[in-house]
Amino acid sequence: MTSSLCLHCGGAIPAGLDGGFCCRGCEGAYGLVRDLGLEQYYSRRAVDPAARPLRPDEEAGLAHDFSAHVMEDGKGEASLHLMIEGLHCGACIWLIEALLNKQPGVTWARVNMTTRRLVVRWRAAEAEPGALLAPVLAVGYRLVPYDPERLGDQTQRQEKELLRAMAIAGFAAGNVMLLSVSVWAGHFSYMGPATRGLMHWISALIVLPAVAWCVRPFARSAISALRAGRTNMDVPITIGVTLASLMSLWETIHGGEYAYFDSAITLLFFLLIGRYLDSRARGRARTTVEHLLALDATAVTVVEADGTQRLMPPHKVSPGARVLVAAGERIGIDGTIVDGVSDVDTSLLTGESLPAQVKAGEKVFAGTLNLSAPLRLTVAAVGERTLLAEIVRMMEVAEQGRARYVALADRVSRWYAPVVHLAAILTFSGWTLLGGAPWQVALLHAVAVLIITCPCALALAVPVVQVIASGRLLRQGILVKSATALERFADADHVVFDKTGTLTLGKAQLVEDGGWGAEDLAEAAGLALASRHPLARALVAAAPNARLADGVAEIPGRGLEVAASGIRLGSRTFVGVDDAQTSHDVGPELWLARPGRPPLRFAFSDAPRPDAAQVVARLKAMGLTVELLSGDRPVTARKVAEELGIDDWRAGCAPADKCARLAELAAQGKKVLMIGDGLNDAPALAAAHVSMSPSTAVDVSQTAADVVFQGGRLAPVVECLEVARTSRTLVKQNFMLALGYNIFTVPLAVAGMVTPLIAAIAMSTSSLVVIGNALRLSGRKGRAGVVGG
Amino acid sequence: MLIPVALGLGLVGLIAFLWAMKSGQFDDLDGAAHRILFDDDDPPRSGA
Repeated sequence: MTSSLCLHCGGAIPAGLDGGFCCRGCEGAYGLVRDLGLEQYYSRRAVDPAARPLRPDEEAGLAHDFSAHVMEDGKGEASLHLMIEGLHCGACIWLIEALLNKQPGVTWARVNMTTRRLVVRWRAAEAEPGALLAPVLAVGYRLVPYDPERLGDQTQRQEKELLRAMAIAGFAAGNVMLLSVSVWAGHFSYMGPATRGLMHWISALIVLPAVAWCVRPFARSAISALRAGRTNMDVPITIGVTLASLMSLWETIHGGEYAYFDSAITLLFFLLIGRYLDSRARGRARTTVEHLLALDATAVTVVEADGTQRLMPPHKVSPGARVLVAAGERIGIDGTIVDGVSDVDTSLLTGESLPAQVKAGEKVFAGTLNLSAPLRLTVAAVGERTLLAEIVRMMEVAEQGRARYVALADRVSRWYAPVVHLAAILTFSGWTLLGGAPWQVALLHAVAVLIITCPCALALAVPVVQVIASGRLLRQGILVKSATALERFADADHVVFDKTGTLTLGKAQLVEDGGWGAEDLAEAAGLALASRHPLARALVAAAPNARLADGVAEIPGRGLEVAASGIRLGSRTFVGVDDAQTSHDVGPELWLARPGRPPLRFAFSDAPRPDAAQVVARLKAMGLTVELLSGDRPVTARKVAEELGIDDWRAGCAPADKCARLAELAAQGKKVLMIGDGLNDAPALAAAHVSMSPSTAVDVSQTAADVVFQGGRLAPVVECLEVARTSRTLVKQNFMLALGYNIFTVPLAVAGMVTPLIAAIAMSTSSLVVIGNALRLSGRKGRAGVVGG
Repeated sequence: MLIPVALGLGLVGLIAFLWAMKSGQFDDLDGAAHRILFDDDDPPRSGA
């Protein structure tokens, strides 16, 4: 680690600080870790650049109220389930567990790295949860309690059931195959009917219970589909497997030559593999999103009548209560300012990129960000009646309006399942009526048709491709939330972008317009270091070597001042610039005023993401049309649109306008891909054919979007489209392969020429071909990752 | 005869797998991969 990086969090040390730390929080955390004798942590860990840096929150000293989530088991032991943000590697697990185990009273502490969750148990009489977890918070991890009953428990149970069924099917399939191979060999050499009968009986003993257990996930889905008057893939699977097992039992009892036990159980085994992979890939994306959501849910600091402060979830706060919002904190409720002057960033709510000044008596809304000074609010509305909830309602309406999309596999199975059943019935009636065969023989042939057509390859065709596609996207930080998202992505022909936070980074950057020199910048940055206002931070970012000037005072909502020398940095009114004497266009700006010299203007703009122009060009090259819908002012929207080469843009759109525009596009028959991050985009995200949002987006937008992507680049949009299109091709090829195989084998089955051996060979080869074809997706390295040409 | 022996061995494997699953050994596959790297001169008590 070089000396320019913080010893604790590994982040850059701002200029003007020595001692190896970037802030006091990190220094304290380092001391804490060393005092406990855990400093090996620093040599062990590997910092993950994608994860949140391990920097303690400034309000970490504030006691969090965890008591609502503590569960007591009645024997004096309490436990708490928490989600952790800031896990980098195995050393973090070790550090957290060691920190907690050194606390008095802790009996058990365990971090689950896959789900990023922590379980702590302690003797309730000996410790308070807040004090217990304080060291973990102080080191810089963020902890959010959750209710294990409610979060992801059902999917987990489902996944476990699938895994268990898969194990049983695998065991049964392996053992039956052992017996079947000897039966098949027996056909060619000599095997007496008695030996064959014994083999069949043993197979039956293994397979029947296994099938009875393993067919349940399919049977449940088949029954619910039939109840709803539909058929899906699971109907022929269930009927085929059940009939094959029963028929084979009948054959075994009557000493028949052929039994299909091995086919039935192998079929189930393959299908369960597909199911399990499918649920695992999607379950993983889902828990990651749940995790993000829970962490972003703002807690509100309520000030009680006696002056004590308590952290509460927003929906538990009652109107009229006093709430304190620290500088830099997101406001969780709608309210009126009682005390304080500050700037409020409303970009998530309105798309406006400039912070607005607020003072006592004005209203602020949930979802906005308080920037420069603490505010005291009286709560006006919570929960359902906030502006935020209004937008969420609009989103729900939009979601209902979205046509129910039917997955490709379901569309295929809608006609496939009836055809299969018809073929089986025709075989049966053909053999009994025309062929004059006894009904047992006819039924045997009909079952063979069902087994052969049983959509083993067909059922694997979609999930295998999807698992590989979403796995490939997941490795690049793209989470596919919805099962049909990739299919809908492949359909998209029109892309609608939001501006602030989507095409742009949502952060101001200093514009070098030649109006100031390096010395001026250093001097201004010296003042700006003292503030958390985004423009001040942007100024500091442009002047990394600046040193904090002495005696800087922040005047909230106005600017910064060094009283001794009379230097001021802030808004134009603050530095005394007359509106009439400036010909500059409006935009985010800071003025630097020094006694005896003319005031200087620093202009800022919200820079586009580094690869935004390339992505737009690339989308156009792929044959999609691109459009910009912004809630910002026309001046800013036009500038960004021109810079990125987007011809079609609209500014000043309210959330309802965006929705209306999407409806208009849908009416023109366009399949719209909407990409946005703000609350104002959420209804539009829900209304679009398919939608995407960055992981910096507000929780509502992430919930509404089908795909969430991480990182500062826009390339995931192109990557996702390309993977989606490739997957669609592969799925179609797989369907073709599976159908081609059926066309070849079904006549054999109808003619009664399929023995269990042929069925087994045909089934395995077709499945392997389909899987092999799908694997081509992961083999081809992400060309789209580099959006160059 | 070999068949009961083969079946028995398979069954043992199956039971072992189901037990492992039930006792939570498949809950955190990523974490387990990292845990093996701690050389425990100061072992977390519950780290087993």
